[in-house]
Amino acid sequence: MTTGVSVSKRIGTNADRVGLGAMLVAALCLVALGAKWVSGAASSLVLLLLLLVLIGVLVLALRGGPEARRLLAPYGLLKPGMLWLALFFLAPVWSLLRISLSTKPSRFSVDYNFTWAFQNYSNAFKDFGTQFQHAFVYAAIATVLTVLIGYPLAYVIAFRGGKYKNILLGMVIIPFFTSYLIRTIAWSTILADRGFVVRAFDKVGLVQALEWMHIMDNGKLLNTPAAVIGGLTYNFLPFMLLPIYVSLEKIDTNLVNAAGDLYSSATRAFRKVVLPLSIPGVFAGTLLTFIPAAGDFVNAQFLGNPNTTMIGNSIQDQFLKQNNYPVASAMSAVLMFSIASLVLIYTKIFGTEDLA
Amino acid sequence: MMRTRSKMGRWALNIFAGLGLLYLFTPIFFIVAFSFNKPKGNFNIAWQEFTFENWMHPFAEKSLTHALRVSLEIAAVSTLISTVLGSLIAVALSRYKFRGSGGINLFLVLPLTTPEIVLGSSLATLFLGQNFIDFGFTTIVIAHIMFQVSFVALTVRARIRGFDWTLEQAAQDLGASPLRTFMKVTLPLILPGILAASLLAFALSIDDFIITFFNSGNVVTFPLQIYGAARVRIPPQINVLASMILFISVAVLLSGTIAGMRKEAAKTSAAKPKRRSLTKSA
Repeated sequence: MTTGVSVSKRIGTNADRVGLGAMLVAALCLVALGAKWVSGAASSLVLLLLLLVLIGVLVLALRGGPEARRLLAPYGLLKPGMLWLALFFLAPVWSLLRISLSTKPSRFSVDYNFTWAFQNYSNAFKDFGTQFQHAFVYAAIATVLTVLIGYPLAYVIAFRGGKYKNILLGMVIIPFFTSYLIRTIAWSTILADRGFVVRAFDKVGLVQALEWMHIMDNGKLLNTPAAVIGGLTYNFLPFMLLPIYVSLEKIDTNLVNAAGDLYSSATRAFRKVVLPLSIPGVFAGTLLTFIPAAGDFVNAQFLGNPNTTMIGNSIQDQFLKQNNYPVASAMSAVLMFSIASLVLIYTKIFGTEDLA
Repeated sequence: MMRTRSKMGRWALNIFAGLGLLYLFTPIFFIVAFSFNKPKGNFNIAWQEFTFENWMHPFAEKSLTHALRVSLEIAAVSTLISTVLGSLIAVALSRYKFRGSGGINLFLVLPLTTPEIVLGSSLATLFLGQNFIDFGFTTIVIAHIMFQVSFVALTVRARIRGFDWTLEQAAQDLGASPLRTFMKVTLPLILPGILAASLLAFALSIDDFIITFFNSGNVVTFPLQIYGAARVRIPPQINVLASMILFISVAVLLSGTIAGMRKEAAKTSAAKPKRRSLTKSA
């Protein structure tokens, strides 16, 4: 009797350990079921374990004291969302990796056998190397362009907006209330071969200069790499602008005034005070722009030509049209890992505090 | 000399910002203008003549209207579920200090730093290898909740960062039950943040294309319908419906801003005399 009480008391004071452990075990069970680490009878056992863990924590919460309940509460609140992500975010990544290393036993088979088929990866690189290159180069150029356009715009809104600040910020966001696809299709019409932009360039005599800069090609603006990069820049601009704006908005204008009082020129004050303080915004914006841009295929499809396809186009084509799941999964996995490692290197250089 | 130069620099920057805004609005002008166009042939891309015809019959394109309705249904269901799941996570993270919170914070950012095409294709590989659900409405809703949860959790957490949780204790000290405390104290205070997050989640769901594309089966959402139509035929109703969504969103945004400004004004005008009376009594 007394031992029972002391045990329950011990569990009570360590309830946070129990709660965290239960959540992790439950998540692991769901990943195992979703990613098919187990099958048949074993999967029923895993399901049973999952239920037992959940019921166990519930019993502990009901029987334990208020202290145990307080320690268990955060895990109870987290659990529904976390388990959802375990089953529909973690398990899929695992099954993606599995299929990327699988082969079809025969041409007409629907099932895939896991065979450590690394040739899927070498095939992906061999056949789609240019697409990988396009994805990273286009996304990088677009990211730089969004900084060049977004930073001054955010600066003007944050420091010179005055009482119109919120309205100006609203105006930046409003265009993005229309559908992503419709915006991109609208650009394809605007840049079209006999559209008003091309005709205007023609009239002003800019075509030669733009062709020399490789922005236009044979008198065309649409279906060029520049159009794809322009589309990416446009569509992801708010992801750059808003974080920069947030970090600029936080800056105490007294600091800038103090720099001026100390005989610092406006440029110097900007370089020494404003710019360093806004770097976290640029950092967050870079991630939020580069990552979706590198995986995009809509811009390349509507604004590019067959020679400007990005890795997203290839994944989409191999997965949904050719039903070549192993190679498509291998490409997805490579994209995921290369972006993850880029993000890691980037955070090592710039720090992570303001990421979330 | 110096001053004129910096003044010129000032103006140059303002003009650049103005051009930036113009750039942002270029396709929007185009979309709204062409909703009043009377197109010749299948593609609404060359200006012919002005007409109200499309706006009189915005739902004339049956397949487009149906796709919009499907999108709204999916957004409603997924937003409801993801708002609950995400808000619970946000409350747990901001209200409690607990073992493992750092790891949870990092884990929440992961879906946002993974390209959509990876999320979409990997989820499709999960659904491919099972016999429980077919690709369709359910799989789209599951996919949307998956990326909405992180957005909701992070947005709500940011909005309730400064929340004073001792208020709950005060209510309970005054004899309120935990449920009553939650309904009367906690929920009203964190509700604006939750509402803002759910609006964001709804917008994300309506507009999602890439993840949906991989998990839709035969179900056609609004973006998927536009994607499919773009190669064959672009009816002006696409522009009309897009403009409508735009105007409704702007109205929601404006009413939110105006309500916020009113509240702010009421707060400052109410706070001033109170403070004075406090100092007087002291």
